[in-house]
Amino acid sequence: MFFPISGAHISPIYLVIVGFVIGILGGFFGVGGSFIAGPALRAVGLDWNFAIGTDLAHIVGKSVVAVRQHRAFGNVDLKLGLIMAVGTIGGAEVGAQLIQMLKRAGNVNFVVSIVSITVYLGISTFMLWESRKTLTAQKSRERRGVVKGKTAKHDESAFEHVTHAIHRLRLWPMVALPTSGVKAISLWVILLVAFVGGLFSGFLGGGAGYIRMPSMVYVLGIPTHLAVGTDLFEIIISASYGTFTHAVKGNVDILIALVMHTGAAIGAQIGAISTQYFTGPKIRLAFVPLPLIGAAIVIYTLMTGHKL
Amino acid sequence: MKKETAKTLRAFLIELVIYAVLVVGYFFLVLHFLGEGLQQLEQNHRYSYAVVAILLMIGQAVVLQNVTTVLLRLIRRRAE
Repeated sequence: MFFPISGAHISPIYLVIVGFVIGILGGFFGVGGSFIAGPALRAVGLDWNFAIGTDLAHIVGKSVVAVRQHRAFGNVDLKLGLIMAVGTIGGAEVGAQLIQMLKRAGNVNFVVSIVSITVYLGISTFMLWESRKTLTAQKSRERRGVVKGKTAKHDESAFEHVTHAIHRLRLWPMVALPTSGVKAISLWVILLVAFVGGLFSGFLGGGAGYIRMPSMVYVLGIPTHLAVGTDLFEIIISASYGTFTHAVKGNVDILIALVMHTGAAIGAQIGAISTQYFTGPKIRLAFVPLPLIGAAIVIYTLMTGHKL
Repeated sequence: MKKETAKTLRAFLIELVIYAVLVVGYFFLVLHFLGEGLQQLEQNHRYSYAVVAILLMIGQAVVLQNVTTVLLRLIRRRAE
């Protein structure tokens, strides 16, 4: 199929399948999936600028589907999502400026690669440790008959003591997040978490859900199911902003994004529905390979000089 | 419980087949006609193109989700 905007010839079946896979991952983990979509579009000959911009447009559509599904399950905290969107957009702008500075210094590829490998490996290692520790503690309590009536949404974390300490920070103004079960948390903490997510999004590309979803769970103390749904809601806003800026620069082939999204619409629903059958720690444990895939792609690019 | 899962899975597979037929029709009809207009817009009015691109994406997301929900409901009702 010929796509006149980018001038690319790509099989629509390939696009639908890629969209479907990314849709499942996005609906289940609350990530944009750009670490797969970017290389997948690049692999069929789409230029990098189009791959990035088009992927963002497709993320908007996929996230709308997943959020509507998550919202039906009560997994979206709109108030938190809107606050985070402000911090994310600010962070994304700073991240993009950092990239420009590194470009001028002439070492952008090396610095970005090293930072991303460190971040990806750090997230995977930490989440592997935490989710395994939480699951082991849960199993041990279940064996002793302590835990009764546990549901999929009942969430606990081995990192809870740090989260509680963050909640105790009285840095005015304080915000209540009743949907997420958070009685009071400093607005600055929420903005900082969103800003860091946005910073990595602008610096490393993509939606940076691999940073935002875990930090919502561990820093803000949001239950995993709500973190997934709310992250997707926040991604709609930030990815729409990204789509707009990229489209103005001529980096979006919306026809490719629309075709990809026909697969993602089904995948995102499957992913969102699947979260109802897993507890928080299990979702976090299943999340571990995702940043590792991202790290593997960057290491490959660094060693061979070929972008996937 | 197993019977219920099998029913859901069957309904989902039927839904996939119908959805695939609808999507193929969509590619050839809608995208074919939209292609030229969008290309013109992208070349001459970038800001309008950016807004239209986002609206198209959100519109398609809402429509496709409603289509899949209705399809699944219809198939399940017929199976019962």
